Amino acid sequence: MNAISNKLLGGKQGAIGLALLAVLVFVVLPIGVDIFRLNLVGKYLTYAFVAVSLVLLWGNGGILSLGQGIFFGLGGYGMAMFLKLEASDPISTKIQTTPGIPDFMDWNQITSLPWFWEPFKSLPLTIIAILVIPALFAYIIGFAMFKRRVGGVYFAIITQAIALILSILIVGQQGYTGGVNGITDLRTMLGWDIRTDSAKYILYYVNGGLLFACILLSRYILSSKLGMLLLAMRDKEERVRFSGYDVSNFKIFIFCVSAMISAIGGAMFILQVGFMSPSLVGIVPSIEMVIFAAVGGRMSLIGAVYGTLLVNYGKTVFSETYPELWLFLMGGLFIAVVMFFPNGLAGVYEKYAKKFKFLRKFSEVTPSKATEIAKKNDATPANDIKEIGAKA
Amino acid sequence: MSNTDFVLAIEDLTVSFDGFKAVDSLTMYIDKNELRVVIGPNGAGKTTVLDLICGKTKSTSGSIKFMNTELTKLSEHEIVRAGVGRKFQTPSIYENLSVFQNLEVSYPKGRGVWGSLFFKRTDEVVSQVKKIADEIMLTDFLEMEAALLSHGQKQWLEIGMLLMQDPELLMLDEPVAGMSAKERDQTAELLNKICKNRSVIVIEHDMEFVKKIAHKVTVLHQGKILAEGPMDEVQEDEKVIEVYLGH
Repeated sequence: MNAISNKLLGGKQGAIGLALLAVLVFVVLPIGVDIFRLNLVGKYLTYAFVAVSLVLLWGNGGILSLGQGIFFGLGGYGMAMFLKLEASDPISTKIQTTPGIPDFMDWNQITSLPWFWEPFKSLPLTIIAILVIPALFAYIIGFAMFKRRVGGVYFAIITQAIALILSILIVGQQGYTGGVNGITDLRTMLGWDIRTDSAKYILYYVNGGLLFACILLSRYILSSKLGMLLLAMRDKEERVRFSGYDVSNFKIFIFCVSAMISAIGGAMFILQVGFMSPSLVGIVPSIEMVIFAAVGGRMSLIGAVYGTLLVNYGKTVFSETYPELWLFLMGGLFIAVVMFFPNGLAGVYEKYAKKFKFLRKFSEVTPSKATEIAKKNDATPANDIKEIGAKA
Repeated sequence: MSNTDFVLAIEDLTVSFDGFKAVDSLTMYIDKNELRVVIGPNGAGKTTVLDLICGKTKSTSGSIKFMNTELTKLSEHEIVRAGVGRKFQTPSIYENLSVFQNLEVSYPKGRGVWGSLFFKRTDEVVSQVKKIADEIMLTDFLEMEAALLSHGQKQWLEIGMLLMQDPELLMLDEPVAGMSAKERDQTAELLNKICKNRSVIVIEHDMEFVKKIAHKVTVLHQGKILAEGPMDEVQEDEKVIEVYLGH
C-alpha cells in the first residue's frame, strides 16, 4: 500500500509539489479571480492535459509529436457533437427544413443525421468515444510508424502533416463537421445549462480533478518499469532492443496514453468554452502545446501545468496590448528555452534549489515561491525510482 | 540442416551490401561452454558476423542455428529472448539511470508493455542485481548514475547487463578497448569466470588479451575464414602472419 502511494505521489517531495499545485488550482485561483477569469484559467488548464501528455511522450519517451492537437481535437469534437445534438432537438430547430438535426447540416442541404453522429446521442457512448477513438487513432499511427522504426524528426513531421490533413478535412466536410465555423451554440448537457456561473465553477473543479487524475496516472506509469524503459529507450534504443524488448510496443503504448489524456483535455475545453473549431486541431495549436511543455519543463508533469498557465497568461496580457508581437515573442521564448533551459522552468528551479536549499523553508509559507518549489519537486521521476530502490 | 549439439551453428552465411560480400559463405560452429575469439584485420567482417547473429543485419543467404533454432527469421528481441546477448563496441549503457537501474532494466521479466507496467522490484530481482554487480566489480557504485562511471566500468556494466539475462550465448565486441592494463587483467578474469556456464564469442584486437582468454581462435579475412584453431597454432599459420599478425 505504502509502495503504491509512494509511486503515485512520487515520494514526500512529489507529494508536496502536488499539494501546492492543488492549493493553487482549487483554492487560490477560485478565490483570487472572478468567474470570467477563472473560466479562462479553466480553458488554459485543458491545454495542460496536452502538456502533461507531452511530458510522457516527449520528455520521457523522446518522441516529439507535433500533432497532439489531433487528439485534443478528436476529444473536443466528440463532446461538441453530443452537446450539439442535445441543442438540436426538434422543437428548437423547427424552423429548419429538417428539424432535429444540427443547424449547419440543414444549411448544407443534409436531410438526415449521418451514421457516425448517431452514437453521440448518448452520453456514455460519447464518453467512451472520447477516450477510445483518439487512442485507436494513435494506435494506428503508432503501429504504422514505430513498427517500421520511423522516429525522431520524421515522426514529428508526419504527425504535423496528419494534424494539417485532419483540419483540412474538417473544414472541407462542412455539412458533417460544421466546417470552418466549427460547432457552436452549445448550451446544455443532459438538460444542465453549462453557460451559467455555477456550472462554470463546477466544470472548473471537474476539470481540475481530471487533470490531477491524469497527473497521478502519468506518475504511476513513469515510476513503473515502463517509465524506466522509456528513459532507457530515449538514450539507447538499440540497447533496449537488444535486451529483449520490442521497443515499438512501448512507443505505441505511450503514444496511445498521451492521445487519451489530450482528448480528455479537448472534451473539457468544449464544456467550458462552449464551441469547437477546426483551428484547435491544426498545426499551430499542436506546436503551441509543445511550447507549453518545453517552458514548464518537459521532464516535469507539474512543471508542464505551470508552463501552460504562464505562457497563456503571457499570451492574454500581450495579445491585448501588442497582438502582432505575440507570435514572435512566443517563438523567441521557445528558442530561448531550447537553447538555454532545456529542462524548462522545472530545470531552472532544480539547479537553483540545489544552491539555495534553505529557501525551501521560506517557500512553504510564501505562495509565489511555493509554485516554484512545486516545479522542482516533480522534476526528476528517475529520482523517485531511486528512492524506492534504496528502500528495496 | 540437421540438428546438432553445437550451441551455435553458422552455415554458408553470406551477406552482401550492393554486391560487396561483407561475409562470404561463412561456416562456423561454437561448442557449449566454449570461449571463441574472432580476430582479423579491419573490414574483415567480424562485427558484421555478430550483427547477423543478433539480427541487427539480415543475411542474404545461409543459416544461423542457435541450439537448433533458426535465428535468421527472428526479430532482434526474439533472438535475445531465445538466449543470445550482445555487447556493442562502444559501451552502450543508459547514462541517465543508476547502475542499479541499468541492471534492473535488463532483468528478463516484465518485458511486455503490461508486464513492465505492473513489474515489481522483488527481493529476487534485488538479489540478482547484487550478485551480478559483485561479479562485475560494481557493488560500491549501485546508486551512482551510470554516466559517472569510468570507461572501463561502463564496459563491465554492459557485460553485467547481459549477464542479468543469463544468456546461453554471449557476444562481446572489443570488450577491453580503451581499458587500462589492470582493467584488462580483471576483464580477462571476468570472462574466464562467466564462460563456465555459457558460450562466449569475443572480437578482440589485443593479442595479449586474446591469449589469456581464448579456447579457440577464428581468423577472418575479407568475409571468409582464414584459419581456425588454438591460439598457438593460428599464430604459426603462414597466411595469418601474412595478412594480419605481421612478421
